[in-house]
Amino acid sequence: MGINSSSIARKVAMALSGLFLVFFLAQHFTINFTSVIAPDTFNSWSHFMGTNGVVQGILQPVLIFGVVFHFVMGFILELKNRNARAVKYASYKGGANSSWASRNMIISGLVILAFLGLHFYDFWIPEIIHKYIESHPEDPTRYYAETVHKFESPVRTGLYVLSFVLLIFHLWHGFSSAFQSVGFNNKYSKALKMFTKAFAIVIPVGFIFIALYHHFNQIPH
Amino acid sequence: MKLTLKIWRQKNAASKGSMQTYPIDGIDGDMSFLEMLDVLNTELIEKGEEPVVFDHDCREGICGACSLQINGEPHGPDRLVTTCQLHMRKFNDGDTIVIEPFRAKAFPVIKDLMVDRSAFDRIQQAGGYISVNTSGNTIDANAIPIEKEDADEAFNAATCIGCGACVAACKNASAMLFTSAKVSQYALLPQGRVEATRRVLNMVEQMDKEGFGNCTNTGACEVECPKGISLENIARMNREYLSASLKG
Repeated sequence: MGINSSSIARKVAMALSGLFLVFFLAQHFTINFTSVIAPDTFNSWSHFMGTNGVVQGILQPVLIFGVVFHFVMGFILELKNRNARAVKYASYKGGANSSWASRNMIISGLVILAFLGLHFYDFWIPEIIHKYIESHPEDPTRYYAETVHKFESPVRTGLYVLSFVLLIFHLWHGFSSAFQSVGFNNKYSKALKMFTKAFAIVIPVGFIFIALYHHFNQIPH
Repeated sequence: MKLTLKIWRQKNAASKGSMQTYPIDGIDGDMSFLEMLDVLNTELIEKGEEPVVFDHDCREGICGACSLQINGEPHGPDRLVTTCQLHMRKFNDGDTIVIEPFRAKAFPVIKDLMVDRSAFDRIQQAGGYISVNTSGNTIDANAIPIEKEDADEAFNAATCIGCGACVAACKNASAMLFTSAKVSQYALLPQGRVEATRRVLNMVEQMDKEGFGNCTNTGACEVECPKGISLENIARMNREYLSASLKG
C-alpha cells in the first residue's frame, strides 16, 4: 500500500483539488461581479476568457478535470467511509460534537453537482455550440445581455440561490478543512480559519446577489 | 433514580444482536455509570439471566478499557471523562439511556457491549515505539535537552489511552486521532526522529489495512476524546506522512 492508495493521500488529493476549485470560484466571482458594476468590463473579460487559447485549451480542461476528480474522489471516500461502520448506531448524536456542514459534505456536494449540471446546460453547452459547432462570428458585446436574460426565469434564479446556500455550507467546512488535510495547523490557523469562514459566506452571498440583481433588472427584449 | 436502559445484547461475534429494554430503580446520582451497570447485572444474575458484558479495568480513567456509546456519544454526555468517570448525576430521574458498543468494522463486537480493539494494538506494533538498547547502558532520557513546548506537546499526545472513542465518535469510523497521537508523541522528540519516516508510513499503512474510515476533519474525535487529544496531531501526522512519502 503506497501513497497512491493511502487514506492520507486521498485526503490530501481532496484538499488540493478543493483548494484549486476555491481559487477558480474566486476568479469566477470577480468576473461575474463586473456584470453588476461595469457591463462593458464584463463583456471584455468574458470575451477574453471565451476566446483566449490558453484559457480554452489548457485552463478549461484542467478545471473540468479538477471538478470531475473532486466529486469522483468524494463519492469514493463516502462509500469507503460508509463501509467502515457496517452496523449503524441506534442513537447517534453527531450534533453534539460536530457541525452539520462537516457531517453532510456529500449532501451539499450533490446539490452543487446538480447545480453544475444546470450551469453547464445554461451557459457552457450553448457557448460550445455557439463557438465550435455553429461557428457564429464572434461578437464581443453579446455576453452581458445573454447572462442577464438567463436570470429572467424565477425558477432558475431560485435554483441558483438554493445552490449557493448549499455552497456556503460546503465551503464553511471544506475550505478550512483543506488546510488541516495538508498538515497546516499552527499559530496562523485561527486567522486563516476566520478568512475561510468569511470567504464561505461572502462569495456565495455575492453570487446570490448577482443572480437576484439580474433577475430584478432585466433588459427589455 | 428510576431509569429505562436500552442495551445492545449480542450473544457472540457471529450472531445478530438487538436492543433490549431493562427498567432499573434505586440508582444514586453519586454512582458511576459502570456501578449502575453492576447493579443491573446483579439483578440479572439474581433473576437467573445472563449479565450484560462490558469492558472495564482501572475504573479511574487511565487504562482505556471502558468504552460504551451512551445516548449517541462515546463515554456519554460529559466531556474529558471516560465511561468509568461518568456519574449518574449527569442523568435525570425517568430518563431513557441508550447504551451501545463502539461501532466500527475494525472493532468487531465480541459480546454485548464488549468490542475487539486489537486493531489499535496492531497499529502500535507497526511503529509506535523507539528502538533503544535497554541492556544496562540506557542513556537517561533527560540527558538530551528538549524544548519545553515540544516536551509538552509530546506529553499531551502521549496521554492518549487508546480507548477508541475517536473511532466511535467519527461518522467515518476513522482512527486518525489515535494514530496521529501515537505518531506525534515520538515525532516531537529527538529520540523518536531516528525512526520517524518508517514509523509514520508503517502505522498509517496498518491503520488503513484494519479497515478504519477516512478522516474528513469533522472534529468529533477531538470533542469526544476523554483525554482532549488535539486535531493538531492529525495535521502533524499528515505532514510527517507527506514528507516521509517524498523521502521514499
